[in-house]
Amino acid sequence: MSISTTFSAETGISSTPNNWPEWFRKDQYKAWELFQSLPQPKRNDEPWRFANLQAIDLSDFHAAVPVTDAALLVARSSAHSNLAAKLIFANEVLVHSDQKGLPAGVLLLPLEEAAKNHEELFRKSFMTSEVRLGSKKFAALHRALLRSGAFVYVPQGVVIEKPIEIWHWVQGENATIFPHTLIVLGEGASATVIDHFVSSREERSLAIAVNDLTLGTNAKLNYVAVQEWSDKTTAFHINTTEVEKEAVSTALQMNLGGAYIRGESNSHLLGEQSRSVMLSINPATGTREIDQRTFQDHFAPRATSDLLYHNALADSSRTIFAGLIKVEEHAHETDAYQKVRNLMLSDEAEANSMPGLEILADNVRCTHGATSGELNEDELFYMMARGIAPQRAAQLIVRGFFGTVLERLENEDLQEHLGSILDKKLNL
Amino acid sequence: MSAPSSSSLSIRDLHASIGDKPILKGLTLDIPKGEVHAIMGKNGAGKSTLAKIMAGHPDYNVTSGDVLLDGESILGLEPDVRARLGLFLAFQYPMEIPGVTIANFIRAALQARLPEGEELEATDYYAKLYAKMDALSVPRNFTSRSVNEGFSGGEKKRCEILQMAMLEPSYAVLDETDSGLDIDALKIVSAGVNALRGPNIGMLIITHYQRLLDYIVPDKVHVMSEGRIIHSGDKDLALKLESLGYDWVEKEYGESSTKAA
Repeated sequence: MSISTTFSAETGISSTPNNWPEWFRKDQYKAWELFQSLPQPKRNDEPWRFANLQAIDLSDFHAAVPVTDAALLVARSSAHSNLAAKLIFANEVLVHSDQKGLPAGVLLLPLEEAAKNHEELFRKSFMTSEVRLGSKKFAALHRALLRSGAFVYVPQGVVIEKPIEIWHWVQGENATIFPHTLIVLGEGASATVIDHFVSSREERSLAIAVNDLTLGTNAKLNYVAVQEWSDKTTAFHINTTEVEKEAVSTALQMNLGGAYIRGESNSHLLGEQSRSVMLSINPATGTREIDQRTFQDHFAPRATSDLLYHNALADSSRTIFAGLIKVEEHAHETDAYQKVRNLMLSDEAEANSMPGLEILADNVRCTHGATSGELNEDELFYMMARGIAPQRAAQLIVRGFFGTVLERLENEDLQEHLGSILDKKLNL
Repeated sequence: MSAPSSSSLSIRDLHASIGDKPILKGLTLDIPKGEVHAIMGKNGAGKSTLAKIMAGHPDYNVTSGDVLLDGESILGLEPDVRARLGLFLAFQYPMEIPGVTIANFIRAALQARLPEGEELEATDYYAKLYAKMDALSVPRNFTSRSVNEGFSGGEKKRCEILQMAMLEPSYAVLDETDSGLDIDALKIVSAGVNALRGPNIGMLIITHYQRLLDYIVPDKVHVMSEGRIIHSGDKDLALKLESLGYDWVEKEYGESSTKAA
């Protein structure tokens, strides 16, 4: 692939000018070597079971070049009306930063600046966990080639009421970007971050996105990824969430666009009574494929993980869900839940669900299950008996199906905001 | 058989079945606008089936006869078209619709009645919704609750009447609206129904017990048995049925039909 030309083998440093400190550029070279040494996923690799391996052939993609119409993209980056701050990246270049609403002490920076000026903080939480759900090769590529990204640090005890919004735009036929959002919450800190992933045009592109969410003791994070890539885009969304004692992470991935989406979500319950809520809303239409792999890994006692994924499959779309709950030794009195619901709207759609459990501790409560069902005829009749046309009734039922996931967000403002984004997507 | 009025909900010699099993066997009934009629009958008489067939439930086959709304046949129309023409069915068992709020549900139903491109005015809508909710003692925070989800029996029935009040149908069929209600809920629901009575609406109340008819006093009472109306009378018929049961009506009908044969 043409991305390979950007590295110089002699110096170990990317030949494209960038602003990373030298130690990071050396890391990038190591990551590049790792990327090259790891094999492309194969049919019989367990983490790629049922996956469409053709979709992850990256040979046609090349590095994105800086956009020339950044002002236009900035103008289009408008969602929530009452924000604490907003960062906008276009092809991985920061093109807008507004942080007037941030409390003192909060850092909202491009990643390379954080690596330079807050090296310790950065090193402690930037891609520190092993990528275990299949995309190690692609995560290595991300690390090797990423140019920028968002760094959010909320120090101990600081509570940010309003959301922080981060936009990641891609532009250019066959262009590749590596969006990154790194969030670190200190002890007792609280924040809401909404990541938007958007294509500037209806183009074919590649996005390999990574987010690291790190919650200190008793911290509280709402993280939402609103994925609205073009219907021709191939995208990886690789997440790691680390939750310390009594901290609560609620993360929602809304996959509203894309041709092929590979999601990997990895929650580490590190502290006692920590909690990770993992949510996903997936309206699959056309030939879209949404392939999601999850890991709820319990290391500490009395922690809770709660996964709820809702897929509505229309046309000849496909979804794959493979989830593992693992309760490590000593993680006694774990509560771990995993629920996937597939609403089948078409005979041609296909949903694959593979829930899994591995329990090495005592006295745990784990439930997991996947269900598939069609539209409920009685609900449809009830709505039609009120004068609502069947197509509309079906849309409302689908909206309601996703609404029950939104209800899990313990933030009414956020629920309403995301609800209106969904309404627009579903033409309601 | 009287000619159907152009201003009535008229059921003419209706035969219907589910699968191979006939349920309605020549039912005729005329509910003029401005009147409230009640249908009583034993379990299994086909009362609820009649309600569902009128609303257009896909499980039932109409084999002959007709249902006319203001003189126009509605058989063959989809349930949503019938509803938009002015027919309302208050369900015996209202469905739960997870994630769809009552406010959005009723708004979608009203929006469906507007011409293409015309938007419902939100302020007026909420003002009207709140007024109707207050009148039915439905707490205002119900607007953001999912339709019927986690509602008590009484709340579900009040919510049905709320929908009826908002949609202002020209004909309403109330299927066992009293079932599962305690006396206080029954009074509230009945008051809600009575408030909607008037020259612009015809109502058909399907009930098992005379109790509801103490509160919603009907103009006419019909007895249904084995898929037909076998006897009709005024409101006193309900009292008579309450004290004497249904056997005497069925016996009388049996004798008269034998004689006729």
